This record gives sequence, C-alpha cells and structure tokens, in this order.
Amino acid sequence: MGQVVVETKDLTKTYDGFTAVDGLNLRIEEGEIFGFLGPNGAGKTTTMLMLMGLTEPSSGEAQVCGYNSTREPLKVKRIVSYLPERVGFYEDMTVKQNLRYTAELNSLSQGEAEKRISNLLATVGLSKVADEEVSKLSRGMKQRLGIVDIWIKEPKLAFLDEPTSGIDPEGIDDILNLMVRMAKKGITIIFCSHQLHQVQKICTRVGILAKGRLVAEGSVDRLGRQSIGGGRYRIEVEVAKLDSKLSDSIKRVKGVVEVQASGNSLLISCEKDLRGQIAKVIVDSGNLLIGMKIEEYSLERIYKKYFREI
Amino acid sequence: MYVVFRKELADHFASRRFAILFILVLLAAMFATYIAFQNIRSELTPTTEFVFLKLFTTSVKGWPFLLPPFLFFISLLIPIVGIALGFDAINSERASGNLSRLLAQPIYRDSVINGKFLAGLAVLSIMVVSVIAIVAGLGLRIIGVPPSSEEVLRLLVFVLISVIYGAFWMALATLFSILFKSAATSMLASIGLWVFLFFFMSVFPVIPGAIANAAVPIDQNSSMAMISKNAEVHGIISRISPSTLYGEAVAAILSVPALGSASFLALMVISTYASGRMLTPLPFDQSLLLVWPQVMGIIALAVICFAVSYIRFMREEIRAI
Repeated sequence: MGQVVVETKDLTKTYDGFTAVDGLNLRIEEGEIFGFLGPNGAGKTTTMLMLMGLTEPSSGEAQVCGYNSTREPLKVKRIVSYLPERVGFYEDMTVKQNLRYTAELNSLSQGEAEKRISNLLATVGLSKVADEEVSKLSRGMKQRLGIVDIWIKEPKLAFLDEPTSGIDPEGIDDILNLMVRMAKKGITIIFCSHQLHQVQKICTRVGILAKGRLVAEGSVDRLGRQSIGGGRYRIEVEVAKLDSKLSDSIKRVKGVVEVQASGNSLLISCEKDLRGQIAKVIVDSGNLLIGMKIEEYSLERIYKKYFREI
Repeated sequence: MYVVFRKELADHFASRRFAILFILVLLAAMFATYIAFQNIRSELTPTTEFVFLKLFTTSVKGWPFLLPPFLFFISLLIPIVGIALGFDAINSERASGNLSRLLAQPIYRDSVINGKFLAGLAVLSIMVVSVIAIVAGLGLRIIGVPPSSEEVLRLLVFVLISVIYGAFWMALATLFSILFKSAATSMLASIGLWVFLFFFMSVFPVIPGAIANAAVPIDQNSSMAMISKNAEVHGIISRISPSTLYGEAVAAILSVPALGSASFLALMVISTYASGRMLTPLPFDQSLLLVWPQVMGIIALAVICFAVSYIRFMREEIRAI
C-alpha cells in the first residue's frame, strides 16, 4: 500500500443545471497509472481540473498529497503537472525556449533547468530539434514535447488528457512507453483516453466514468471478472486426450464451480486462480497438459458491457 | 509575475507587430515634424513663449483638424498601438492551447494578466518616449533653441498622459480579448469602438453636434447665451470619448493656441480668463489644474477597463471542452 496521492470525497460539479461530476469518490495511490475512461462529456477533464484547483467544485472535496485543491491550489500545482488535450506551445519560440519558460514558472534554477531540459529532450528523442521553432514540429513531436513539459518539474502526480489522440501508431507507442518510464520514476499518472487497448496495456487500474459517476473502478482483470465472468476466473485447458474421469477429478478440486468440455479442451470456472492445482491434477492423472490459459478480459468488452447497462 | 512579464516583453520586442507599429509611429511623427518645420517660422512671434514646444504644436494653413499635425497623428496612433498590444492578450493563449497549460503552473492566476498588461505598458511607454525624444532631438538640431525647464516639464506630462491614454486602449482591447473567443472579433470590436469614439465623437463631432443641436437649437439669430449653451452640451457629449479628453489635455499642456470655437479650451479660457490667454500661456500649474479632470477621466476609464478584465479573467472557469 503506497501513499495516497489523490483523494476525492463526494466531489460534485454542476454547470448551470448540468451535473458534470456527481459525487465522485476516488482514491489513487503513489506509483499507479490510473486510466480514466468514459464517453465524451462524462466528466473526466472536469475532475482533473478540480483536482488541480483550476475549477472550483460545487460541493465535496478534492485532495492531492494531503493538500486541498480548492484552498491550496498553488501548493497542489507545485507538485502536479497537467498535459491538456490539444496542448499548445508558443509556436514562434523554440522548443528549448518554451521549456525554459515552464521551468522559470516553476522557479527552477537556471542550471538545474538546463540540465533537466537536455536530459529529458534526449529521453523523448527531441534533442535534434531543441533549437527549432515549435511550429516546425509534427503533432507527435509536440505531444512528446508536452511530456517533457510536464516532466520538467519532476511532479508527484501528472494528469494527461488524451495524450495519444491524433498521433500515428508509432508515436502512440512512444508516448505510452514514456508514461511507463515516468511511472517508474515514481510519478503517479492519471490519464484519460478513448483508446481502450492502450489503456489496458499500461494501466495498473482503471476507473469508468459515466454521466459524472464512477460506475466501475479497479484493475482490468478484476473488472473483467466482475462484469463478464460473473466474478469467476475462467481457465481454459488443453490436454492430449480428454476423458470424463479427468473432468470429474478436476470438478472435485476445491473452488471449481463448473467444467465444460469440448474436444480436447476444458473450460473451467472457478472462484480463485486455480491454475496450479488444476495442472497438478492433470499431470497426476497421467494425462499430458498441452496448454493452459486464464481468460483475459479485453477492456473494450468490459467498457461496452458497462455502457450497455446504463 | 516577473517571469510572465519578462517573457511577454521579450515576445513583444521579437514580434513583427512591434516592428511594424514602431515604424508606423516613427514615420508619422517624422512626417508631422517635417510639416511643423516648414511652418514654424510663420507662427513664431517675438512674444512666443514656448518656442521648443512649437515643434509639437505648429499647424499648417488649411489643416482641417482641431489638433495640429503632430498631436493629431499621435492621438491617432496611440490607440492603434494600445489595441495592437492588447487585442489578443488572452484569447490567443486560449486558442493556441497555452492557457490551460500556463494556468496549471504554480503561479497566481492574476500574474498572467498583470504580467501581460505591464509588459504591454512597458512597450507602449518605450514607443511614446522614443518618438517624442526623436522629434525633440531632431528639433533641437534644426531650430537650435533648447527647451526651458518648464517646457521639459510640460513634455514629461505630455508623455505621461499619452501613456495613460494608450493604457486605456490596451485595457479595453484586453477586456475584449477576454470577452471574445476569437482574436479577430476582439480586434474588430476594439477598432470599431475606436473609430466611433475617435472619429465620430472627437475629430468630426457629428454625434455631439447632432445631440447639441437637437437639445439647444441655434441659428444666426440666436442669443450668445444659447450659442454657448449649445457649445456646452456639445462639449459634454464629446467628452464621453476619451479621444476628446486626451486631445484637450495635451492641447492645454502643450499650450496649443486657438483651437476651434467649440473646443473646450476656448470655452474654458473665454469663461475663466477672458481675453488675456492668447498672449500669455497659462502657467504650468494652471495648465495642470485645467487638464486634471480630463486626465482623471482617462485614468478612470483605463482602471475600469482593466478592473473588469481582471475580474472576468479571475472568475472565468477553465472548462472541459
């Protein structure tokens, strides 16, 4: 259990009659990569803005590292970075000049700023264009510049709003890798995305927001089991030759709920991850275990499942 | 705030906008001064007190405007400079996606608008001072008469009033840059308002004229009282425009002789000082006293515009798109 970085209590935001965020309770711990999902207008960005103190909540409370975002926005903004959707830079300034400005706004000393700028530009592969004007950069390069821009202050927490939208597949991989690297340096990451596949790739936990409410929250595995597998693990086993004696002995393993056979495969539902025990039963019975895999739930399926219910 | 200020200032100096404006203002000033040089001798009499100030106030025969060429161009260009420095202050940041990034930095929100405004003010001051200094320098070489200490004092006040006047237009343009999401709209709104206030209220006072004539109709047979009443209404209406206030203030400070009949100075002078004024200019402190309401008017307008911008900007919510 790490330190709590983000905590919200009944966070609510209404814009003239329209509820953007509705009683949100969220808890995010240090080192997590938290994926914020939900359709457009579900309140993801509004939540981020409230956590940074850029927007005042209508009621409830948002805290970042123990600081109240509404009352102490400056303290929060010192340890939090934000990469907005459709981020912009000063086009007629060079890459380095833009970064220096951010560094100055964060009161970094000049020497420290230069050191971090050149290190980070090298990390994201922008060293070559350091002295080019931003207007000459491609969309993907600008997004990587955005990563440097939020990294430079070495925050505790970084918000990324749609960091991969409008970028080519290779660029997306770059961004995702950089996010993982940030997380490894101890920066907690919260990001919004519609690219469920990418979210699944790097997130430790996801939260699904719909109409301002958190409808689901947890690791992708857990969400999948809850929403699709009826809360159970499903294990698929392939053996050399299937007979009913084997299925029966598997059924007797404690925790196994159901066994379905088809050809030389078995689909086993169980309450826990029983791969080890099942493998042992198969091997002990003298049969040959050819393959075994636990069902993985794609985030896309989970997501669609939740939105069918609403 | 200092960081924002420095960056904005550097931006201004590096921008083409600044170069173009500066050249424009400089050319206009040089042109006006050239006209003045051509005519300065005819206006000088042995009793002329402020020979040096004549550089800025000499008019030409047939010049159609109330203010002499140099002051006319200055009063024409200062609003343009002010508007150019302010019309996209906030909305360009928003449109380029820089605003939310900027506000997410650990700075107070008002540092952004304060820093920007102060940087604009600095640029404006530099422009006004350098233009007047260049004209004064050229004039010193050509007419060879050094300014007296009172003339220097009057010039300094002139610079100050001009900067305040520019600050008003900059504050107005900044306000529009907050109210309107598109820079083009805020530019058009500022320019539109300027055209209205400068041309229709001050230079060709058709609107004050119409209102005055409707309120106090006069013809050739009208009594003196009616005529002065008409002029009074005319003056009050036209003084809604900061352009009029500025024109009156600088005319009094630089001691411009004989303005048009409806003008404020003539009125004030006729009523207060009877006929003596044309021969001997008002003393410095009296001139200051005379323009005090005008200057305060401009300051008040500038402060109001800036305050409204400030409040709007501070209360504006950064919203999810």
